[in-house]
Amino acid sequence: MSPVSSPSRRRRTSLVALALGSSIALAACGGGGFEENGSDEPASSGDGPAKLQVLIGSSGDAETQAVQDAADAWAEESGNEVEVVVANDLAQQLSQGFAGGNPPDLFYVDAGVFGDYAEAGNLYPYMDQLADADDFYPNLVDSFTLDGEAYCAPKDFSTLALEINTAAWKKAGLTDADIPTTWDELQAVAKKLTTPDQAGLALSIGRDRVGAFLVQNGGFWVDAESGEATATEPSNAEALEYVQSMLDGGEAVLAPDVDAGWGGEAFGTQKAAMTIEGNWIRGAMENDYPDVEYTVAELPEGPAGKGTLLFTQCWGIAADSENQAAAVDFVEAMTTPEQQLTNADAFGVMPSREAAQADYVEQFPEDAPFIAGGDYGQGPVNLPGLGPVVADLDSQLEQLRTADVEDILESFQKNAEAELQ
Amino acid sequence: MSRDRSIRRGQALAGWTFVSPTLVVLGLFLAVPVAMALWVSFTDWNGRGSPFASGIGFVGADNYRELVGEQGGLTRSDFMTSLRNNFFYVLLVVPLQTAFALFLALVLNQRLLKAVGFFRTAFYFPSVVSSVAISLVFLFLFSGTGVVNSMLDAIGIDGPTWFNDSRGLFHLLGDGLGLWSTADPPSALTGSGVLGLTWWQWISGPSVALSVIIMLVVWTTAGTFMLMFLAALQDLPVEVEEAARIDGAGAWGVFRNVTLPHLRPTMLLVTTLGLIGTWQVFDQVYVMTQGGPGKSTLTPAYLSYSYAFDNQKWGIAAAMAFVLFLIIFAMTSFQRFLFRDRDAIATKRAEKRTKKAHANAPAGGAS
Repeated sequence: MSPVSSPSRRRRTSLVALALGSSIALAACGGGGFEENGSDEPASSGDGPAKLQVLIGSSGDAETQAVQDAADAWAEESGNEVEVVVANDLAQQLSQGFAGGNPPDLFYVDAGVFGDYAEAGNLYPYMDQLADADDFYPNLVDSFTLDGEAYCAPKDFSTLALEINTAAWKKAGLTDADIPTTWDELQAVAKKLTTPDQAGLALSIGRDRVGAFLVQNGGFWVDAESGEATATEPSNAEALEYVQSMLDGGEAVLAPDVDAGWGGEAFGTQKAAMTIEGNWIRGAMENDYPDVEYTVAELPEGPAGKGTLLFTQCWGIAADSENQAAAVDFVEAMTTPEQQLTNADAFGVMPSREAAQADYVEQFPEDAPFIAGGDYGQGPVNLPGLGPVVADLDSQLEQLRTADVEDILESFQKNAEAELQ
Repeated sequence: MSRDRSIRRGQALAGWTFVSPTLVVLGLFLAVPVAMALWVSFTDWNGRGSPFASGIGFVGADNYRELVGEQGGLTRSDFMTSLRNNFFYVLLVVPLQTAFALFLALVLNQRLLKAVGFFRTAFYFPSVVSSVAISLVFLFLFSGTGVVNSMLDAIGIDGPTWFNDSRGLFHLLGDGLGLWSTADPPSALTGSGVLGLTWWQWISGPSVALSVIIMLVVWTTAGTFMLMFLAALQDLPVEVEEAARIDGAGAWGVFRNVTLPHLRPTMLLVTTLGLIGTWQVFDQVYVMTQGGPGKSTLTPAYLSYSYAFDNQKWGIAAAMAFVLFLIIFAMTSFQRFLFRDRDAIATKRAEKRTKKAHANAPAGGAS
């Protein structure tokens, strides 16, 4: 799944990573050497079959298996070899590869770190070599564009939508006609849903949730095209103040306030009747809270229209890879509409190609609100060098209920400008 | 004579041969990487290819200026926040773990105690368990509805949401004593500051979240240091203690005037190791909090990691590591100075003085 959405999620991910890490280390001790000795073919060259190394940050066994199967099929058909490695710390393992001059040929790149990697010259831009490259959602391609150049193909994406607890909804006397489509309606239903044991709406902390309200008000933290910070635009302050008014009124809470690591946990434990999360919440609800019934709706429109946030990763090809032609071919195979629908079925991600949208909605009608966001969603802040700045923003947004909105935006603006100049 | 020298030469050669494997390993895995990191801290290397390649820009002390200078902005305030957190962390962990370890060692050293082996193992156990595993257990213990809060609840205390609570303990303490109100901090403290943080931020004390990590670390490290104290205690001859008792010393007198002075070298070792270890705290932060909430568990070691691996700011990250090294070096040296053996120094000086006096005495004078 795409984003690192909350401390507890991150914690859980690192646990899994650690567990995986140790088992991989053991496996590597056992098997690694034999393969190298066994094959006498040249490692890689222009004419012989290429041996691709693919490093993925997997969300679990389902994703690993799906990628492995697709890679095997491609290897079979193209006569190349592929080795899929699951990273236990993707950033760290990639850094080692980049510094050592021998990075994996292909790897996942999150939109949030794309800018840094591209700026450092670690990525090979290949979008112009892909067939049907203009079939990808333009908003996703924008998330992997730096200085006007599109670098890599989005492998899939997630968006935010509004999840509603069906039982609480009925109990509050609300019907399908009441599903909020404006900010006022959202606040009104949140108020109606609020009871002493249940908040109306729970939000995970950080820019990856409240940012959606900025987009709905026509603003955002930065303007990726011009490469400038735009946080101090009045529309942003209005959006944050709107969220703040809901937090202040008690109809909305931040997840930690109800002792939840993220919105999905607050929603699953029924401490909140609604939450704003991405399609990754499906897996969590199915595994951890199978008894909670819920529906999903598109986020309400703000004063400036529809808006949500996109989270996506692309297939990065290393600038130092010796097998770039084969790697592009591999990406081609991994991003066909058919393959993307297979992946959607296997581990719940949404296809990044518009050609697959109709089929996807047919297959998963209840996910229509999520995929609709592909048309109007906004990708994450992806300008290079802003990592610590957005981390600081997240840290300040923890106190959104009581903080001075203008202060938060101004300090972000100041820090971002210092970094971007 | 010449024969003697050639034998010595052979010895030297043999000596170097014997230590060479260690020298090579140390050089390759310690000296060279440290030198490389030092070089990186003076460059704008972005993590791609070798930091010694031709295109890498030498930026002088810019990275260091970024950390402490006016132009640092966010980087400086991040770094200073991490130093502040780590300072309060050291301030609490080192004395607590030393006192706790000494207490455990004294208990185990009682001659009347049965099943010493069992207790020794039990106390030492946390030190040998993986810090990651223990961190995970603490995450569950200290969650908002976890065991700790349930127990506090049972005695009528409404526990905090530990790992989500970024309030500083000193802030809360001052609030409780009526010195100030955390909701409306005194403007004398918030209005001005130094090095990118206001005075109010500097004096926050460890946050509630950081104090959980403090508890964890005190508990896990005390076992190791207890073993060191125990070894030293067992070196102390029973006769010395008995002699002191015969001279009329009470239990406290024996401890204060016989046991403690005897433990001075161990005390230096324990506090030095404690100081170095606590300034480098990383794994607990990495596993449990990633620097949050509100950056209140950010430490220089974790910040350096995050700047390098998450943000590709390798030069600044390396500079942080070296500033941290300087801090540890300075504090350890100061500690050695504090723990120096004043008696031994005085004896040495006295000896020197007598020698001088002898030399100056007129020839043929009585010695």
